[in-house]
Amino acid sequence: MSRAKVARKSTSIDMTAMCDVSFLLLTYFILSATAKQPDPLDVKIPSSTYKIKVPEKDISILTIGEGKVFFEVAGPDIKRATLEKMGEQYKISFTEEEKKRFSVIGSFGVPMQSLKQFIMMDSDGRKKSGVETGIPADSVNNQLADWLLQARKSVAELHSEGMRVSLKGDAKEEYPAIKKVIDILQKQKINKFSLITSAEGS
Amino acid sequence: MAELDTSGGGGKKGGKVRTKKSNTKVDLTAMVDLAFLLITFFMLTTTLSKPIAMDIAKPDKDVKDETRLELRASQTMTILLGKNNKVAWYMGEAGKSAPEIQSFSQIRQTILDNKQKVKAATGKDIVMVIKPTDGASYQNFVDIMDELLITGIKTAPAIDDVNILDNEKAFMKQEGIL
Repeated sequence: MSRAKVARKSTSIDMTAMCDVSFLLLTYFILSATAKQPDPLDVKIPSSTYKIKVPEKDISILTIGEGKVFFEVAGPDIKRATLEKMGEQYKISFTEEEKKRFSVIGSFGVPMQSLKQFIMMDSDGRKKSGVETGIPADSVNNQLADWLLQARKSVAELHSEGMRVSLKGDAKEEYPAIKKVIDILQKQKINKFSLITSAEGS
Repeated sequence: MAELDTSGGGGKKGGKVRTKKSNTKVDLTAMVDLAFLLITFFMLTTTLSKPIAMDIAKPDKDVKDETRLELRASQTMTILLGKNNKVAWYMGEAGKSAPEIQSFSQIRQTILDNKQKVKAATGKDIVMVIKPTDGASYQNFVDIMDELLITGIKTAPAIDDVNILDNEKAFMKQEGIL
């Protein structure tokens, strides 16, 4: 009796289609991922179990760390309008090019006086120069309050929306530093704001 | 690589020497591996890096009218945030019941217990008063707000960083967390 022979089949599978699909997905994810603006201030945000996502429009973000405050308002049009308003208030005129450059800058922390030279630097220079000392926020020279107010006005004019204010604080930052900023917000009757946290367990 | 050699042994028959036909198939396994690894990476970074907003409402500072709501002592739990990641909590009025020092890992159970007790005793929901002191860190503040969410406290907590009472301060000093 002869044994029944099992036909030997090749175990290799045609990977071409799979490869096509995976690269298509890869391309999609690469393109849909938004390029992250480098943060001038490295903050480690605390985590929470909240589920509400931070909106992308009509929002300003105050980054607090190492005792400094950095400011960012979302949207190039809002940034531009805010800069114009701030220029008027502080009697500094900005050229068209400066406005254009400012509208793509993310978070910044320079006093109004050195803003002009800050705008003209490239991103490497900004980090190195040490010009980013945080936005002055004491009672004599409260530029942060002015930035907030002008940004709120700009959002109200351009988008007819209320601007949301969010705080992005370093987890190790002491509460009084946060309180100082919250007090500035409350002076402008911003009693509702959000804290930016990362999702727990990620 | 991922292919088993299934050709039956090397039974080479002599004869004419033929030019070898090279195989045009490329092994794509490694390429697919790489592609999926990258997909996973991009998927995770796009969804997970989205920051989460925690909405905070604070009482208006300069309200002129005096129509303030009194909090019932039987319903109120006050949590003081101190340094070294410690909290002090007490029920009711300050000074009447001795505060208790706890760490952040214990406070959740305490909140849950007190919530139940208040519900059983008065039939009303517990009201939380959070008092972050100067010794607390930002992380502590976020953590305690998170605990309130986890424990399902529906009423808005009162965040009070101005009126920290003298006997609260004295207790926290004594315990070394201020």
